[in-house]
Amino acid sequence: MVHTFSLLLQVADSQLPPTTGVFVIASIIKMLVMFTLVMVTVAYTTFAERRISAWIQDRHGPNRVGPWGLFQVLADGVKNFMKEETYPADAHKVLFMLAPALAFVPAMLTWAVIPFASPLPTPWGRIDMVVADLPVGFLFTLAISSLGVYGLTLAGWSSNNKYALLGGLRASAQMVSYEIAMGMSTVCVLLLAGNVHLSEIITQQVTMGWNVLLLSVAFFLFIIAAFAETNRVPFDLPESESELVAGYHTEYSAMKFSMFPISEYANMITAGAMLSTLFLGGWDIPFTTWDNLPPFTVLKTLLTFGFFAAKVVFWLFFFIWIRWTLPRFRYDQLMSLGWKLMLPIALAYVALIATVVVVLDKAGIVRGHMFGLILFGINIVSVAALFFWLDRGRMVSPAYSRLNRAGVDQLRAVAPRRSTLKGPGA
Amino acid sequence: MATKRTIEVELSTSGLDREGRPQRVPIVTSGGAAVALEAPPSLEPDLGGEHMLINIGPQHPATHGVLRLVLELDGETVVRCIPHVGYLHCGFEKIGEYRQYNQIIPWTDREDYLNCIGNNIAFSLGAERLFGIEITPRCTVLRVMAMELSRIASHLVWMGTTGIDIGAYTPFLWSFQERENIYNLLEGWFGARLTTSGSRVGGMAADIPDKWLEGLNGFLYSFPKTLDECDRMLTRNAIWVGRTIGLGVMGPEEALNYGLSGPMVRASGVAYDVRRDFPYLDYETYDFEVPVGNQGDVYDRYLVRMEEMRQSVRILEQAVKRLPDGPVNVDDPRVILPPKHKATSEMESMIHHFKNVMEGPRPPIGETYVAVEAPKGEKGYYFVSDGTSKPARWRIRPPSFVNLSAIPKMVEGHLLSDVIAINASIDIVMGEIDR
Repeated sequence: MVHTFSLLLQVADSQLPPTTGVFVIASIIKMLVMFTLVMVTVAYTTFAERRISAWIQDRHGPNRVGPWGLFQVLADGVKNFMKEETYPADAHKVLFMLAPALAFVPAMLTWAVIPFASPLPTPWGRIDMVVADLPVGFLFTLAISSLGVYGLTLAGWSSNNKYALLGGLRASAQMVSYEIAMGMSTVCVLLLAGNVHLSEIITQQVTMGWNVLLLSVAFFLFIIAAFAETNRVPFDLPESESELVAGYHTEYSAMKFSMFPISEYANMITAGAMLSTLFLGGWDIPFTTWDNLPPFTVLKTLLTFGFFAAKVVFWLFFFIWIRWTLPRFRYDQLMSLGWKLMLPIALAYVALIATVVVVLDKAGIVRGHMFGLILFGINIVSVAALFFWLDRGRMVSPAYSRLNRAGVDQLRAVAPRRSTLKGPGA
Repeated sequence: MATKRTIEVELSTSGLDREGRPQRVPIVTSGGAAVALEAPPSLEPDLGGEHMLINIGPQHPATHGVLRLVLELDGETVVRCIPHVGYLHCGFEKIGEYRQYNQIIPWTDREDYLNCIGNNIAFSLGAERLFGIEITPRCTVLRVMAMELSRIASHLVWMGTTGIDIGAYTPFLWSFQERENIYNLLEGWFGARLTTSGSRVGGMAADIPDKWLEGLNGFLYSFPKTLDECDRMLTRNAIWVGRTIGLGVMGPEEALNYGLSGPMVRASGVAYDVRRDFPYLDYETYDFEVPVGNQGDVYDRYLVRMEEMRQSVRILEQAVKRLPDGPVNVDDPRVILPPKHKATSEMESMIHHFKNVMEGPRPPIGETYVAVEAPKGEKGYYFVSDGTSKPARWRIRPPSFVNLSAIPKMVEGHLLSDVIAINASIDIVMGEIDR
């Protein structure tokens, strides 16, 4: 036994991939660490949300439990476990219990393929800082994150509650619609990387520059879709507490209820990680290539992890910031935004980027800094054009403080005409 | 072809629909039990779906009290909307017939509880007209101040709750902070924050304390800034505009036919403001504008109310400048009590005090109606006096109630989310509707 174990852990070159045994053990350790890390981050994101919203709204927020209210999350967790579980009379028991898990699991699974630091050298070989370095990593992410909708829809349906049903319906329509826009916007990234391997995408950004500068339109589309996928304001229609009481989780209580917020925050973290990986260079440290080249050291691993964490935290803050700033869309607006605006733009952009990539390749330009620079130029032009087309004198113009008839009439002129919806007999 | 399964209801007919057929109005039985008679003939192809009957209220986060809207939904589109009121009925008007005039004032706090001091003053105005009392100049200006503060407070609640209903949470807390400032001022003046019971027949419960005007000036300095911030958050926000434009449109004629008043009718393009058209107190001497919309949709109502708050600030600024010295209460022994120290030391004053408190002031026989521009619209009080110290009849014309009557018309054909936005734009207070 001891012999087998020492065989597994035989010392190897710290810069080369490890043996299978070490790989398995390392993977298990990484799984445990990542799960714990994500769960703790989820807990403290809820805390951050409350403190940041309080900050935005001139309140104090939770500051009583522990230093600066840091133990509030523990208190909330205990509370959720202690609360009574309620079951609606005619709920579909099995699905009602299954739904929270279905919402929770995909949110966690996505983390498996996201690289979060540069490889770690150990006495037993080089360990990649990603739980599972799948060659189809990106497709895996898209596939898994689409599954999250089942949890919400089934929760809405199985509750036997009209509000919940409407919430579930909204959730399914919304997530399916935005999945497409999201997928389309990331095709551009894949075109540049020439690969769906997330580690390769990071390498591509190291050589060409971060995709946020090269593919800004795709970046914006991805952000919007990410908001819709995570059901955050302005896309929190499935919940919309002012219309549907609490939407799909109206009937849930205690820990089953708690699973939904947890999955929402886990999805936020995943979205932040995907945004960082696809567009902000993942764990890449900007303005230096020191971190990307061998030999890999522990210091490099720690620093790159720090940068990755900082990027994700920035996105979490961004999500929270938006939530406490914007109102909510209406259902038809959400649909028309997804299908009539984002999808065509994403398709056109894919065509544009594909053309540019082909032309540049034919012209014999190597995929490096020059390639990135040309893309950056094209990007600036396309972003400016899109922005002014979308704006049409609405957003750039300074915020109005007074009731100004001319300004309001101008607003009315550009506001989309709502379709005349009529019920029978109307 | 199968007709759509409609919701079966107990029937009571009331009026005709647009085609002149008797309109069937469902009354959902108290058990919430369902349902209908026959479907209205549909010209659209039947997709085999069913309509859903959904309750918005009386316990629902967006109904602003205990309003209950029974909605018949086709998908998320509203086919029919039946408002139910009465969950907060307290019988204020009947109780008033057993109370002396000054004793009714606390009841007026509880109808439109976002505009308590405004109601108190409106009631006092009516009673004074019945008594034939002319209030003092200082009291007039103080009442204008109180009413405008109250208007701002009420509009702030409207802005915050509308923001929440449409999904913007932050303006709610910003506006409530300013509202707290107003309530601090009212607390300093009347000793109560919400239910002020601040006015009396012939004057006010108290004069303003020392340094109160400094507090008011501080508020007048800070409030426009907060309002600008909320404005920047909402007015030109693409989502906000998209959510409010073209919703619940009421044309000018329609608005008048429904008897709408206040910001509701002004947003529809009818420049009717009781303060300007039938001045009470001394509103005719103030320089202020009456904002008017031109589309009559939710966005116009939003703009009109935002501008009204600014105009209220203008009126307050003028009032602070012109506030004269002098007594607050009229020198009329019929309604005003003697000073306390005299009541405890002089026999005549004590008897005077006793008679006024135990029997109450007696107005001459007659009737009167007084209307003021409450934050929600034209608020009227109608009194019938039989010469005793208690009104023979006392009736309220609540603007919210009349404005709410237009909701089935406004939400028809809109989406569920729009119902919430339209309901918020009416700015109702159930205390006033159910009385």
